Parts: sequence; structure tokens; C-alpha cells
Amino acid sequence: MKTEISFVVNGERRSVRAYPMERLLDVLRQQLSLTGTKEGCGEGECGACSVLIDGELATSCLVPVAQAEGTSVVTIEGVAANLRFGALREAFLNCGGAQCGICTPGMMVAAVALLARKPNPTADDIREGLSGNLCRCTGYLQILEAVAEAARRTAAR
Amino acid sequence: MGGVSGSQTEHIVGSSAPRKEGRDKVSGCARYIDDLSFPHMLYGATVRSQIPRGKIKKIDFGPGVAWNEFVIVSAKDIPGRNWVALIENDQPCLAADVVNHPEEAILLLAHPRRHALPKAVAAVEIEYEALPAVFTMDSSERQEQIIWGTDNVFKSYRIEKGDVDSVWAKADYIVEGEYSTGAQEQLYIETNGVIAAFDAEKGITVWGSLQCPYYVHKALVELCGLPEDKVRVVQTETGGAFGGKEDYPSMIAAHASLLAMKAGRPVKIIYDRAEDMAATTKRHPSRTRHRTALSKDGKILGGEIDLVIDGGAYMTLSPVVLSRATIHAGGPYYWPNVRVRAKAVATNTPPHGAFRGFGAPQALFAIERHMERLARAVGLSPAEIRRRNFLQPGQTTITEQVINEPIDLGKLLDRALGLADYEQKKRRFAKENPLGSEKKGMGIAAFLHGAGFTGSGERHLASVVGVEGSADGGVKVLVSSTEFGQGTNTVLCQIAAEALGLPYEDVTMARPDTGEVPNSGPTVASRTAMVVGKLVASAALGLKQTLVAAGLLKGNGTAAEFRAACRAYVAAHQRLRSLARYESPEGIYWDDQKYRGEAYAAFTWAIYVAEVTVNLTSYSTRVDDFVALQEVGRVMNPVLARGQILGGVAQGIGFALYEKVEWREGRMANSQMTNYTIPTSADLPAVRVFFEELGNRYGAFGAKGIGELPMDGPAPAVVNAVEDALGIPFDSVPLLPESIFEGVERAAAWRATTARTPAGVR
Repeated sequence: MKTEISFVVNGERRSVRAYPMERLLDVLRQQLSLTGTKEGCGEGECGACSVLIDGELATSCLVPVAQAEGTSVVTIEGVAANLRFGALREAFLNCGGAQCGICTPGMMVAAVALLARKPNPTADDIREGLSGNLCRCTGYLQILEAVAEAARRTAAR
Repeated sequence: MGGVSGSQTEHIVGSSAPRKEGRDKVSGCARYIDDLSFPHMLYGATVRSQIPRGKIKKIDFGPGVAWNEFVIVSAKDIPGRNWVALIENDQPCLAADVVNHPEEAILLLAHPRRHALPKAVAAVEIEYEALPAVFTMDSSERQEQIIWGTDNVFKSYRIEKGDVDSVWAKADYIVEGEYSTGAQEQLYIETNGVIAAFDAEKGITVWGSLQCPYYVHKALVELCGLPEDKVRVVQTETGGAFGGKEDYPSMIAAHASLLAMKAGRPVKIIYDRAEDMAATTKRHPSRTRHRTALSKDGKILGGEIDLVIDGGAYMTLSPVVLSRATIHAGGPYYWPNVRVRAKAVATNTPPHGAFRGFGAPQALFAIERHMERLARAVGLSPAEIRRRNFLQPGQTTITEQVINEPIDLGKLLDRALGLADYEQKKRRFAKENPLGSEKKGMGIAAFLHGAGFTGSGERHLASVVGVEGSADGGVKVLVSSTEFGQGTNTVLCQIAAEALGLPYEDVTMARPDTGEVPNSGPTVASRTAMVVGKLVASAALGLKQTLVAAGLLKGNGTAAEFRAACRAYVAAHQRLRSLARYESPEGIYWDDQKYRGEAYAAFTWAIYVAEVTVNLTSYSTRVDDFVALQEVGRVMNPVLARGQILGGVAQGIGFALYEKVEWREGRMANSQMTNYTIPTSADLPAVRVFFEELGNRYGAFGAKGIGELPMDGPAPAVVNAVEDALGIPFDSVPLLPESIFEGVERAAAWRATTARTPAGVR
């Protein structure tokens, strides 16, 4: 049976009627029209559906929406408001961090989470921080370089 | 055309212009097919065969499902021809009486709620009369069952150069080897998906994630029995393809169209990951046998190459994949005499299809592993055996195409070995390897890749592109060539901007929509920058000439003058459009029967060097360093070009070490990302990419192809490095830890046996 579930999405209080076991991913994409979050595998393996739940990185395809009750969810659309995002976006564009773009929103969310935790990450921190996000186009290196560049730019400010 | 030196915008081609659609992609605004939704849209699903081969006896709609809520389509509902038009129209859109592989589509269902579909699909009960099936190339070749045509062979080719039969008597060494490669899933992160809508007036419109809008267009015209102008295909942002969205979208678009026609409402079909992996195409498995005659100084005198690829249940693109495999079978070496026999055979698995490299990675894996065997036989180093046999300018390839560009593969090899610190590392590893359970090795792969369609392909395609000036003075490129990550949008805009002397920002791409853009051919075969790019440059120049002829522009006008001229022209004539059609360069000769002549307008060349560590506790292999040095003509956009190489190398390392399709009765048993493993950011080294630029007179501003090349070299380079580390040859990929374990055990057993044998007895 559908129930009412309330949570904060990208800073705004939202209420949805949904089956408690519906995937947070589907509620975000279909009910809230936040289609920046992508589905790649549906089993938490690829990270394309990454969002932040109370600041923690999560794969929204594995989260029943009931579990989001009372939390604060940030999607790629909300990440754009993050101060670090501008630097990340420019670095991704400069370094060739996006090719087909389907993994990119998840990568950006994971990168924001990483930089929030470690503003001055080492190369290994970045590799490790993004290892839960699969990309089939880039071979990752230009993504890793983009995150490093974004961290440098932000630190220099 | 060449360099346009002295032009004020000379820097656009060859600069790292930012990806055209990059900003939308990084902010999550780019709209992929599953991000779109239409009013009253239904969701579609596919009922597939449960057996590899048999006759359909009966279909029941089981209990527990409100069937009256569903739109149901079977083969009987097809208005036109029940096939997916491609090369040979042997593949039905929906199986009517028989099934030939375990994922074959039989029925289609649509419902307003996506979540109602899985249960309904499972509730359809199909009764079959099973027929014996064929699962391997060997049993298909033995013709134990005839499952396709009269002999299970989709296509065969034969190349004869010189007189191979005469070389064996002269040979100092005769070396044989057999090499095989497995299926590989493209694993684009966005699965296949389309939306189809039907309107009695306008006909069928399909939006989807796809590479080749006009392939889908042709298939729908035949399937729906509609005139060409009543079928429209629009590519939406496409989240990776790699060949995997070359032919399959015709199938899924056909399915959605049939449901939409019957329902009278738009229908969306999006595959989930498991369905996409199991039911859609993968790289053809292959088996290649080499028998080579060598002189005592390590020169190839001649050889026989037998190559077989597994096409799956229907022909699809197998003849073209086989063609590329055949032509690449000799690698970048000079063969005075050679015979290549190649065939694509049928098995009862889903059809194998296009995947980056398209037959070349299979054939090049074989020759590059075989070169190591040749080196051992003669007692030369891997570098030296290659050096002595490299193709030289003026020599001919196995199809007798003369190499007429100044490529110096020996020099390329020297540079790559230097970059990799090859000799010094070899010496160090030889010293250190006996000491621990981690063994290190270095491996080389030398290879070439033909850019563009094979032989007469481009002439038959006769691609057309358009460039349009708009009322606001901007310029739009009209092509059916699609962007799916590789950089089509960016590079074609760079070319048009350069040709017109405009800033890059003034040029945009039209959405690939068969209702709006001409047919510039499929986006495949590393042809876009070279062939389509050249046409874009020539259409752009045609546009400029129109403005000059109209007296609106002087020959060397500024960008502002161009924009003003454009506006004036459009105000007076409504439309400013210039088209360019492909014309085959003079002197190109290709014999489709004998497989002889100029196979490709250009070859790209590469030397890759891999450094690996094999851990003899876990039997896993790690790639520690990787040098990718290539000649790809002019580098159009350094950041994008490097991205192509890095991504291709990653897929190639996956092909070599990780990606194994587990087959069970013709069905992929590991159709999940959890059990089909691709490299993560933690699995790959910081690959080092280097370019040499010879240019190419057949390509836009000297471009050759780039997309496929990097897929060809990593597997042989990595496996050669594993052999170097362990002293044990491995001739199949993927090379998983269990294969290394077996190889090590076998070698140990062999050493034990030979140690017990008294000297002189053997």
C-alpha cells in the first residue's frame, strides 16, 4: 500500500505517495522529475544512480524510498548548488572527464562527496573515492585528473 | 584541403575545443531516452524464448494477470515483412514458428504501468518441441546439425597472395599456433531503449539510444510496410554504444513500433541490465590457426591463416566483421606469400555483432601472440622478430595494397620501447623474478587498423552531409553521424568552423533526425572524423562559395562579415544549405571476389607496451604501466583523442584480463555487472598516451580514424607480458586467474616429467 513519505530533496521539503519498497531512484526520476540521476545496473554496482543521503554517498537503486523518510537527499541537480561544483564542472570539461555522459552525474556526486570529506585528496584517495562508479568510455584517467584539478583550483581560492 | 595555413582560425582543428554537449552532460541536464516521457505512454516488454532451438507449439496466457489491460503483439501483427532488415534478412523481428536462440523475441506486451510487466512476461507459457542445438564453432563446423543455410556458414573469404604452397620446402622453421578470443559485452552504461509513436498521418516516429538512425529507418520501412517519408528516427543523447547500438536498435525500435501501432499510444521500451546483457549483441568469439614458414634469420616467407568467428543464430553484421578480421589477419607485417581462409559460422546463441575493433582485435590478438612463438622458434627477441618483418613503405599488405605513406614502424617501436623503459625493465625483472611470488613481465603489441569502410564500402554508401547557415548568422552541421561519447559533435563542429574561418562557438550540430538530416552513413568503422569530416569541410566551403557567388561575401571575410552575409542570404532566399556527397578518390581499386586491392583509404599504426605483475599466490594479473603510442593522422582534438585511446585501452585490458561471458546452453549466465567484471578505476594503471602525426590526404585536415585502434593492442600486449613474466604461453583471452593457475600447474607437471626423463632418451 502506498504511504506518504516526506524528505528534503535538494534543500526543499517534499512529500510523495509511494510504496515503501519503491526504489528511491524511481521516485526521484519519475515522481520528482529529477532525471539527472541515472540507472545503470539496478544492483548497486555501477554508481550511475549515486546521490547523497544526509551527506553520505548512496546508490539510490538500492534504497527503498521509506528509508529516505526524514532524510536530506541531494541529487546531481542539487549538487550544482554546491560551491565546489563550479570548479568540478570546469575541470571535467577541460580534462575530458565526460564522454557519453551517462555515468557523469553519479561521478560528480561521488566527487563532491569525496572533496567534502577530503578537500586535498591524494591520487589514491581519488582513485579509491570513485572506484564505486563505473565508466565504460574514459578508462577513468581523465576523470581522476579532473577531480584533482578541481581540488587544486578550490584550494587555490 | 590540407592545413589551411595562415588562416586566422587555424587553431580550431588540433585544439582541445571543449566537448559541444559537455556542459549538459556534467550538470545532469542531458536528456537520454529514459529521461523522456510522453502523455498516455505505455511501457513495453519482450517475451523471449526459453530454449536455444525448437518449434513453438502453443502459447498460453497464464493465470493471475489481467490480460485485458495489456496490448499484446505477435508475429501475426506485423504489417510488413517479419525481418530486421540488414545484410541478409534472415532474422525475424518476432519468432513465428521456430526459435533459434534462447533470447529470441516471441511476443511483445505493453501496459501503462512499468511494474506490471515482469509478472506478465513470466506468466506467458510457451510450449516447444525442442530441436538439437549447436553451441560451439567446432560443432557448427562439423555440421552435426544444420542450423543455418546448407552448411552453417554465414560467409567465407579467401585471400591468396603469392604462392604459399611453395614456401614450406624453403623454410628453415615452420611454426604453428592456435589462438582464441571470447565474447565481450559492450557494457555501455545506458542500456538499449527507445520510444515509438504512431500517427495515421505522420506514420511512425522513433526516438532512441542508437548509433545509426538510417539503419533503423530502413528496418522500420520494411517491417511496417510504410513509405520512407512515414518513418522518422531520432537519436537521443546516447550513453555509450561501442558498436553495441549499431544493429540492435533496429530490433528494439521494431518492437516498440509494433506495440505503438497496435496500441495507438506511444510505447517506451527500456531494457534492464540483465536483459540488455543477455539478449543484445556481443563481440564475436574467434579461433585463429597460424602456420608460418620462416627463414633462419627470422623473416616470414609465407603462411596460412585459418580464422573462424562465431556469428550466433542470425547473420546480422557477421560478414562485415569477418571482412575486417580477414584483412587484419596478417598484422603490420610483410607477407610475400599468404593464404587466409576465414568464415563466420552459426550457433544457437544470440547474434554476435559490432564491438569496437569489429573483428580486428580477434585477428590481431592471434598474430601478435603468434609473433612471440616465431621469436622463440628463431631465437630472436620479441622486438627483433617484429622489426625484421614490419611492413615498409612500397611493400604490400596481404590484400596487395601498397603502403604509400612514410610510416616507419621500426622507429615507432624504438620510441615506444624507450618510453616504456623496456630493455632496462626486462633486465631487472629477469634478475628479480626468481626471488618472489610476484613475477613481472613486459609485452609488446604492434598493429594497424584500417580506417573507414572496407574496400568498396564507402562508394556504395555514398554519404551525404549538409551545412546550413541560419537566420541568426550561425552555422549548423547536418549529419546522421551520431555522438555517443566519442566526440562526433565536437570534431565535426571544429572542422566546419575551421573551414569557414568561424569561431567554434558559432557552429552547432543538428539533432540526428532522419526527417531533418541527410544520410551521412552509419557511425561506425572509425570513419566519422576522416570521411564524414572531409564532407563537412567540403559542404562548408560550398556554403561559403554560395555567399561569395551571391555577392554577399568576399573570399576572406571575417566572422562578422560571414554572419552578416548569412543573415542577408537567408532573408532573401529563406534557406542557405550546402550539401556534399562522397566521391571515391581516383585510383582506388578493390576486388570483392578475390579480396584484393586497396582495403582501406588509410591505416593507423600503433605500438603498445604493457608491464604486468602476476601474483602467484592469487594468480591475478595487474597492469602496472602501459605505453600507447600511435599514428592516427592529424590529432583533431588532443583531449578527446587521448580520451579515445584511454577508453579503448581500458576496454582492451578488460578483454584481456577480466571480461568473461559464461555460456550455458547458448545463454549468457552472468548477465549482471556483479558477475561480469569490467575494470574499475582501481584496476587500471595511469596509461601513457603518445601520438605521431603523419596526416592523411583522404581525411579532413589530415584525419584518420581513431576510435577502434586502441581496442586492438592491449590484449596481445598484456598476454605477451604475462608470458614474459612466467615463461608460459597463454593463447586465449580472457586470461583469468584460473587459466593462469592451470597454465602454471601444467608447466610444473611438464617440468617434473622432463626432469625424470634420462638425458638423451628424448
